[in-house]
Amino acid sequence: MSALLEIRHVTKKFGGLTANNDISFDVHDNEILSVIGPNGAGKSTLFKMISSFLPTTSGEVLYKGERISNLKPHVVARKGIVRTFQETTIFKSMTVRESVIVAQHLRAKASLAGYFWGTKTAHDDVDSFGNYADDLIEFLGMSEISNEQASNLPQGNLRALGIAIGLATDPKVLLLDEPFAGMNHDETMKMVDLVRKVRDEREVTVLLVEHDMPAVMRISDRIVVLNFGEMIAEGTPSEIQNNERVIEAYLGSADDEIGI
Amino acid sequence: MLKLSAIQWTGLAVFFLAIFVGVPMMIAATGRTDLFFTLTSVGLLAIASAGVWLTFYIGRINIGQGAFALLGAYVSAILVTKAGMSFWLSLPLAGLFAAFVAVLIGLPILRLRGVYFAMITLVLTQVFTLTALALPITNGAKGITSIPLPGELSILGITLIPDFSTLENPRQAFYFTTAVLMVLTYAALYRIVNSRLGHLCRSMQQNEELASSIGVNISYIRVLIFAISSFFGGIGGAVFGSIAQSVYPSSFQVADSVNFMLNCFLGGLGYVFGPMLGTLVLYFGWDLLFELGKYQMLIYSSLLIFLMLVLPNGLLSLRLPKKGGQDK
Ligand SMILES: Nc1ncnc2c1ncn2[C@@H]1O[C@H](COP(=O)(O)OP(=O)(O)OP(=O)(O)O)[C@@H](O)[C@H]1O
Ligand SMILES: [Mg+2]
Repeated sequence: MSALLEIRHVTKKFGGLTANNDISFDVHDNEILSVIGPNGAGKSTLFKMISSFLPTTSGEVLYKGERISNLKPHVVARKGIVRTFQETTIFKSMTVRESVIVAQHLRAKASLAGYFWGTKTAHDDVDSFGNYADDLIEFLGMSEISNEQASNLPQGNLRALGIAIGLATDPKVLLLDEPFAGMNHDETMKMVDLVRKVRDEREVTVLLVEHDMPAVMRISDRIVVLNFGEMIAEGTPSEIQNNERVIEAYLGSADDEIGI
Repeated sequence: MLKLSAIQWTGLAVFFLAIFVGVPMMIAATGRTDLFFTLTSVGLLAIASAGVWLTFYIGRINIGQGAFALLGAYVSAILVTKAGMSFWLSLPLAGLFAAFVAVLIGLPILRLRGVYFAMITLVLTQVFTLTALALPITNGAKGITSIPLPGELSILGITLIPDFSTLENPRQAFYFTTAVLMVLTYAALYRIVNSRLGHLCRSMQQNEELASSIGVNISYIRVLIFAISSFFGGIGGAVFGSIAQSVYPSSFQVADSVNFMLNCFLGGLGYVFGPMLGTLVLYFGWDLLFELGKYQMLIYSSLLIFLMLVLPNGLLSLRLPKKGGQDK
């Protein structure tokens, strides 16, 4: 299995603080890889560098052998590497369906001018976006709230909406920053199954940051562990659960957070 | 191409009848030909305000439209007087040149948000005025005067628009010209808002980070919108210059830029036709208060503040349901 995404010696410094120090690992095609670590370990920072929301201080990220770090976010998104946000980030005054439709714009065949004049291609695009949105919303089990304005939705749904917006871009790699935050156990497990289904049926490679250890253990093919900006372990869930350094790092911060 | 409800079609028909038939008939009946000039001014200001409204749509407060109106006025005046170009060709060129300058200025300043962007644009009008005073081509403080009226426009020997100087009432001709331009401007605005570009603008207005995460090239869209906005400003300014047959550095001032913005606020930022209504109300509102003499400004400002407090979504929110006139 060749690497789809290569993180190569990535370092990020904020002034005197090293948020990521010389991180290197590979992400394989179609796997679900979790990045875990205590608060402030540098997980979100790493995701922001992979999606070019932040420049690296040194090192680079390659996608299919091509550098994608230190570009513009929309350029990386157009290549198919799309992130969601740790904080709830949605289009407040759009409905679920409108959000999912606008997120498909990269697939438009007609130009902006084509839409302005209302060409046939533009009409076809609009129809296909609508159909695709309905399919995706159903796939995600959100049909009931399809026409709800985002600002009226409860927290749990907002997370799902964030993921729906990301998925609507038809990504090759989806970076989910704490997708299960604020969800109860049942909601989390449903979401876990959904993410796996996304990976299986839509052939999306998934990277995720998560603190919910049972969910991480259940969902991940592999796990990378960060601690104070350093990568301290990489392996399968069972390897990670038995890794001395990982247990130490987690015991050092919060008791049985890792759930083992 | 247009999917409008029966009510919207009726509204549109009434509107067209009013501006193309009703107003001229009323003026003919009452003999108040000065109203042509007044309404033409309202129409031109509404065209420039449409541009400002569009920059609001990407979440930027634009208090610099006066600068682009001034620019458009000068470009057209110079092309007509110095190059002997037809006004009808100089008009689109004035708009395009304003758009081009907007791209150059927009690239650096559109990164700014909120009050920072607003402050920079506020300075723009003054900068353009000073530039017009300093440049030889704009003829400094003396301005450009004796601009000939628009000549004939004909295609393949067929006269589309007659030479304005041969007309008995050029003001009426300017009124019709402006009415047509205003209709085109608002039709374009409506299409922009209701097509993909408008949807991308909305996504940026609500969350720029999320928009770029789904691949929206936000800096490109911002510049594009600012250019379109300034195009409208340039067009409005160019026609103004032609009516007045003169352009001075003071033809458009900071106060005009502020008014363009207020027109949008007053009419309603959520409605495509908001700036048109806002311009009409503000223009006549100001005139009506003329009787109050030195208290004119005080009463006017207080009324505006009061209106914005009770109707934060603009005048159009009085009549229309929340999203009417905008979607579908
Ligand atoms: N823009 C920034 N400027 C300065 N310091 C930053 C910035 N972003 C993050 N940091 C710091 O970098 C470190 C890593 O932050 P990061 O958000 O990546 O952690 P995290 O692992 O995602 O934590 P959490 O689990 O709490 O989300 C923290 O100490 C944080 O304060
Ligand atoms: Mg984080």
